[in-house]
Amino acid sequence: MKASIGGYAQAETVAHAIALLGEAGGEGRILAGGQSLVAALNLGTSEGDMLIDIAGIAALRGVKLDGDRLVIGALTRHCDLVRDPLVGEHAPLFAKAAPLVAHDAIRNRGTIGGSLAYADPAAEYPACAIALDAAIILEGPDGTREIPARDFFTGLFETARAEGEILTAITVPKAQDGERHVIREGTRRAGDYALAGLAVVMRDGRHRIGAFGLGDRPLLCQGAMAALDQGDVDGAVTALAQDVDPPSDAQASASYRRHLAGVLLRRIAADLGVAP
Amino acid sequence: MTIRFDDPNRPNSYIGRTVPRPNAGRLVAGRGRYVDDITLPRMVHVAFVRSPHAHARIGAIETGGAEALKGVLRVFTGRDLAEVCTPWEGKLLHLEGMKTPPQHPLALDRACWVGEPVVAVVGRTRADAEAGAALVEIDFGPLPAVTDIRTALDADTPVLHEALGDNLCFRKANEKGEVDRIFAEAHKVVEASFKTARHTGVTLEPRVILVDWNSGDGEMTAHVSNQAPHMLQVLLAGHLDIPESRVRVVCGDVGGSFGLKVHVYPDEVATAAIAKIMERPVKFTSDRMEAFISDIHARDHEATGRVALDETGKILGFDVDDWTGIGPYSIYPRTSAVEGLQVTNLIGGPYAFDHYRCRTSVVFQNKGICAQYRAVGHPVAVAITEGLVDKAAAEMGFDPIEIRRRNLVADDAYPLTTAAGLKLEGLSHHKSLDALVEAMDYAALRAEQKALREKGIHRGIGIASFIELTNPSPFMYGIGGARISAQDGCTVRMDPDGSVVALTGITEQGQGTEAIMAQIVAEAVGVSPQMVRIVTGDTRVTPFGGGTWASRGAGIGGEAALQAGRAVRGQALEVAASLLQAKAGDLDIRDGIIVDADTGEERLALSEVGRIVYFRGDTLPKGLPRELMQTRHFITSNYPYAFTNGVQASYVEVDTETGFVTLLKHWCVEDCGRIINPLLVDEQIRGGIVQGIGAALFEETCYDEEGQLLNGTMADYLVPMSGEMPDMIIRHVETPTEESELGAKGAGEAGTAGAPAAVMNAINDAIRPLGGAVTHMPFTPERILRALGTITD
Ligand SMILES: Cc1cc2nc3c(=O)[nH]c(=O)nc-3n(C[C@H](O)[C@H](O)[C@H](O)COP(=O)(O)OP(=O)(O)OC[C@H]3O[C@@H](n4cnc5c(N)ncnc54)[C@H](O)[C@@H]3O)c2cc1C
Repeated sequence: MKASIGGYAQAETVAHAIALLGEAGGEGRILAGGQSLVAALNLGTSEGDMLIDIAGIAALRGVKLDGDRLVIGALTRHCDLVRDPLVGEHAPLFAKAAPLVAHDAIRNRGTIGGSLAYADPAAEYPACAIALDAAIILEGPDGTREIPARDFFTGLFETARAEGEILTAITVPKAQDGERHVIREGTRRAGDYALAGLAVVMRDGRHRIGAFGLGDRPLLCQGAMAALDQGDVDGAVTALAQDVDPPSDAQASASYRRHLAGVLLRRIAADLGVAP
Repeated sequence: MTIRFDDPNRPNSYIGRTVPRPNAGRLVAGRGRYVDDITLPRMVHVAFVRSPHAHARIGAIETGGAEALKGVLRVFTGRDLAEVCTPWEGKLLHLEGMKTPPQHPLALDRACWVGEPVVAVVGRTRADAEAGAALVEIDFGPLPAVTDIRTALDADTPVLHEALGDNLCFRKANEKGEVDRIFAEAHKVVEASFKTARHTGVTLEPRVILVDWNSGDGEMTAHVSNQAPHMLQVLLAGHLDIPESRVRVVCGDVGGSFGLKVHVYPDEVATAAIAKIMERPVKFTSDRMEAFISDIHARDHEATGRVALDETGKILGFDVDDWTGIGPYSIYPRTSAVEGLQVTNLIGGPYAFDHYRCRTSVVFQNKGICAQYRAVGHPVAVAITEGLVDKAAAEMGFDPIEIRRRNLVADDAYPLTTAAGLKLEGLSHHKSLDALVEAMDYAALRAEQKALREKGIHRGIGIASFIELTNPSPFMYGIGGARISAQDGCTVRMDPDGSVVALTGITEQGQGTEAIMAQIVAEAVGVSPQMVRIVTGDTRVTPFGGGTWASRGAGIGGEAALQAGRAVRGQALEVAASLLQAKAGDLDIRDGIIVDADTGEERLALSEVGRIVYFRGDTLPKGLPRELMQTRHFITSNYPYAFTNGVQASYVEVDTETGFVTLLKHWCVEDCGRIINPLLVDEQIRGGIVQGIGAALFEETCYDEEGQLLNGTMADYLVPMSGEMPDMIIRHVETPTEESELGAKGAGEAGTAGAPAAVMNAINDAIRPLGGAVTHMPFTPERILRALGTITD
């Protein structure tokens, strides 16, 4: 099928992109790495989009420290996350998640901002973001706002981003001494979206668990977190089954995904040295 | 003079060597010419409106909106095309009782599967045509869909084609001996049920056709991504009422086919019909989404089977009931009964036993059409056979290798006719099994498996012996009345500079046809392969032939090339003998030079023979033949098929908590007769194994109960990818066929035939101690956990 678009423009600055979005009359679509958007256009899922290409905006690239937070620009690519020293030191969860995303060719183009904005419930980064207690930075005609990751993902491919806004960065608290990050997932082939996955952060003896592929959005698994904090792995696995609400499809049933999540949690608990 | 294949130091010994593929450079340089690369003057594009329903009555069709769109040239309905194109029925005369209704290029009154083309929209560009297609309104009246195989013949299941009376397309039972008595009296009877998933071919290049109708000449030219140009020529001519001689089919580079491109597709015939009506070139390029709903599917089989054994583990007989759903029409012209038919022939194929019963029931459904795809029927029959043999071994306490040793047909028992009625010329099951055991270091692997099991690591070893049908004679299609050629031909021509051009009826789809033809012709004539250019895939130019399918290219087309090449060699020697005042029998051609056969002394360059023949024929004796161009055709005659054999092994690890399978290693020992190019044969085996692994672990075309396709993109239809593939060790045994001088059988399908069974047996070997078994492909993590009882709801 041939993609049918309404127009294409290259934005030079964030302000320019916001202005273009405003002019597009609701048809504006940010084009970042194009690794999800172009596939969607070729599937004919939307027509007449006015593409606003942000790939040339230098301000959206790069990773930097800002006080006790790490700021990752929206255009930071999957392949950058794998090797960026700041990410490796202060948000290793992303460095561990990135190799699990797709394949080299896609990782060379796809961006963290695109992944977060797209909000695929099976994607790794959104779950990492909530496990890390990250904040999403949005810029729009009315200025800049910051929104906690757990409030950003509102449903299946839905976020709190308003139509005229651009996701400019994600910020995460710098990892503390002794903090542990683990991500595990089950995929039928390397690079596929996960059947189920968990991203876990252990900070000060407390656990935060972000689940992906296990609901209509990334889920913060509070029941399992509380049990794990008590060192109760069995309890955490039982609670996790309640925390998640997985879909059934041609790849796997909800029961399988729920079961897989439990196995992953046990393995993560073992990774973290939580007594069984 | 015969070729001393056993002497690797013989002159011009290209047959049997790894020689680089002559077309690889061109393809790697991006200079291939696929059909979609061709643009003709006045060319337009067609897009199809396809049925979104599995089964629906077609009411009013409103085309006005599309016709009014700028860029849309014309819109065609089924009725429009029915005026210039006759319908077809995929039947073969020798398949008794077979039924299938007439099929048109565009559906007329009813749409019978999701994806069936209903309306064609022609535009200046593909985008224009698609935009027009989106505006066509069809009043569909949904009808109940038939989707389940086992209940297709039940009284309360709707009949898909009323005129046929029921949903049975074809049924055949193959029976020999006293099956009921043997099974009643046998020491041991083991039973199991099996499912092979419906899947599809997923060629890298989708189907493409570009048809031009030259009204001045009254001639049609079709550029098409296809395996059998002469077959298509004959069929297009017949259905579009054009003399065969006025249809030219050209198959240039083809990006994979696997059997998928050997069939007649309604959208392709529609494209040809439209070109004829509009008198201009029309192109149809399938996209990936269309491919999933319009390419043929295969292997939607469900079977129950039993094997009977005596107390020594000797197999007494097999009894199998196979069912397969083939969609709403039998494929044209090969029919959709052949996969089931092969199952009735191939069950128990490697083993010696006397009592046999296998029945196949081929039923209609409202899903995509199933048809021949790499290793037709073999993966189904091998999975059933080898699944039963391994289950019997486990229950009787035999090692899987040992039970096979006790039952494989002895290597010196040939020729023989099997209980299923197959005539076998010469196979090497025991030699192959011995080579496999050695290649895998079986005993060490078993020891490792045992040691790891104590640590809670569940590994399994799976073995699968198989036979594979290659080099078909007219017994496959010809006797059924289909104009599908089982013979093939090759014309070899020497040009003035001593270089050689060979034109062959077999075709290249990426497997290396051109490479092996160049090697064979080079050795036959006595020149280096670089001096040989190969021409394939043009019905105006090449000898009439069948094309490349059913693993026939090397065995049939290769022999024709060998004989044509030897004939040209003979001609060149005759001229040389006259020039040198020598006897032709005392001369030989080596690397392009005429030499003394005994001493190897160089006498004359071939280019000198070329110069004299083409420019100074006046200096040759009057009456001396001087045609440096010869054609030979070849057909097998002693055996209906040249069977090959082999054995595969898979080593896997099953994560019994998640159900994930890791493929650790795969082995295949295969006997395809004379090996022409070892590297290409290994590539064929490897690629075939990968497709077999796809069937075992990944590929499944899923429909819901209403016949809606649930997975139609590369994101949710999982093809096997390199990351999951194991290392593969390939070994060979060579038992050449005596039907031909070349002695080659086919090698293209063996990998696919055996791999699913080997992987299945390996998984079951791993999980058997935990009390589970899987027989329903693909073996997804979830199916494995359900077999283990881990998940029950
Ligand atoms: C074969 C394949 C496998 C994949 N596997 C995985 C996987 O396993 N896990 C995974 O997480 N992902 C996977 N992906 C998706 C991949 O990670 C994409 O790169 C990512 O989802 C989108 O990033 P992008 O930069 O390419 O965004 P684009 O495709 O350019 O955009 C995606 C969407 O986000 C919007 N958008 C992009 N950037 C912004 C922004 N800064 N502000 C506002 N809106 C924006 C776009 O408008 C669009 O709607 C896979 C993709 C492919 C093709």
